[in-house]
Amino acid sequence: MITESLYQEIILDHYKHPVGRGLREPFDAEAHHVNPTCGDEITVRVRMAGDTVADLSYEGQGCSISQASASVLHELVSGRELTEAVDRHEAFVALMQGRGTVEPDEDLLGDGIAFAGVARYPARVRCALLSWMAFRDATTRALADDERGHDD
Amino acid sequence: MYDLHSPLDVERVRKDFPILDRRLAGDRPLVYLDSANTSQKPRIVLDALADHYERHNANVARALHQLGEEATAAYEGARDMVAAFIGAPSRDEVVFTKNASEALNLVAHTLASGLADDPRYRLGPGDEVVITEMEHHSNIVPWQLACQRTGATLRWFGLTDEGRLDMSNLDELVTERTKIVSMVHQSNVLGTVNSVSPIVTRAREVGALVLLDCSQSVPHTPVDVTELGADLIAFTGHKMCGPTGIGVLWGRSDVLDALPPFLGGGEMIETVAMEGSTFAAIPHKFEAGTPPIAQVVGLGAAVGYLSGLGMHNIAAHEKALTTYALHRLGEVGGVRIIGPRLPISRGGTVSFTLDGVHPHDVSQVLDERGVAVRAGHHCARPVCVRYGIPATTRASFYVYTTTAEIDELVAGVEHVKRFFR
Repeated sequence: MITESLYQEIILDHYKHPVGRGLREPFDAEAHHVNPTCGDEITVRVRMAGDTVADLSYEGQGCSISQASASVLHELVSGRELTEAVDRHEAFVALMQGRGTVEPDEDLLGDGIAFAGVARYPARVRCALLSWMAFRDATTRALADDERGHDD
Repeated sequence: MYDLHSPLDVERVRKDFPILDRRLAGDRPLVYLDSANTSQKPRIVLDALADHYERHNANVARALHQLGEEATAAYEGARDMVAAFIGAPSRDEVVFTKNASEALNLVAHTLASGLADDPRYRLGPGDEVVITEMEHHSNIVPWQLACQRTGATLRWFGLTDEGRLDMSNLDELVTERTKIVSMVHQSNVLGTVNSVSPIVTRAREVGALVLLDCSQSVPHTPVDVTELGADLIAFTGHKMCGPTGIGVLWGRSDVLDALPPFLGGGEMIETVAMEGSTFAAIPHKFEAGTPPIAQVVGLGAAVGYLSGLGMHNIAAHEKALTTYALHRLGEVGGVRIIGPRLPISRGGTVSFTLDGVHPHDVSQVLDERGVAVRAGHHCARPVCVRYGIPATTRASFYVYTTTAEIDELVAGVEHVKRFFR
């Protein structure tokens, strides 16, 4: 049945038992993203420690895909070096935008490969990407603030 | 236990709609419960569109050849049909727009333009616009923009816990400062049909205009503009068996005459000189450029089709369906109906939430079973905020909907519960 390929057990697990959920202090930057077509919302915070994403915390409301995806995002980037986090971000975005043609790399994406089926549902791709786009914005802000900080 | 008698021969009606024979992925039949979003189209409307392009295609009101005359006759004939359909005293009071949003924007924009001769049709600082918390975004945002431009103030009717309009503060909300009350006739989320007459009465007392968004009422129930008593109403063709790309603004002649033009261009002018222009009489004053001709012809066919079924019959059919749906969904544990739970003064649009499952997930799983519903905030986010929910799942019915399809919906919701347990 089609539903099972979209709603992989891993996705339902992350939805019911999210990892790292909740907004935490301190943080360097925050981004709030909304999917205007459905009203799903996510707030993502990042705390940097040198070149490492020391913590990614989040809070939101929305469908199982958007909320599970945030949980997987936390798992994949928290505690990772920024370059590694960016690689994973790029791989996840490529997977989601691949319309089901991209073979996911499990070493890079871990539980994120469960979202491969979502890529075949264009209406749900934005749900899966919501927290990832917020993460990108938050990180960009954190780095910009950091640079300004050095200038002072 | 409840009256499920429909005066429509639904099986026969269904044969008029080719798309209802479609098979979806997995060879599932289509259970289309999204008619508040857009309705399906009967064969007669599809044929009217094809016939227009195949046999009569020409521009209207400016081509002096036979095809031009035929196209113009069909276009203006559809105006007559729409005018009769809504009981308009004059055909000139029917303005064709792109959709209901454009019709609502036309009114907001022209009032905000400050170009009207009569100050009653000019919004400015100190003036107030009153809308409601159950509006579609298309009847919120144009007024927010108009107030921003003019310095007028936007005020809101609230909602009761039961999903009705709270009119307890009517006299404080609608005052001598009110220029216009713009409100929905039937809510696209709650299904609530608003009682218009107390508001019209109050608006008359204070000299305010009343604009009704009838997008969800005109397709489903007899609407007579003189009985409603409003000054203007807006609705759209694609929710009433017509094509997309065609909407209607009806307004009392004196009101439309007083409003300044909206879009400028061909067909809306009387004479154009380099020093300035004078404008055509209504309705053409508001129909700049080549209009959606085939769509208007299609809307005429749709109006003919609905009239043939009988709007009273359609309303009775949907009341029976709504009664059944409210009862069946109400029996499902974890389902909360958002909107009136009794089938009184409400239409066949039933929004609900399901404990622990987001509406997107509900609709996705229903879709796998061929059941098409809408999930989200339905372009009416303030309603969701009012009831403390992020979104709803919405099932909406029309002339071709059967009780068996509502059974499919209920079985689908039970399946969703098992799936996400």
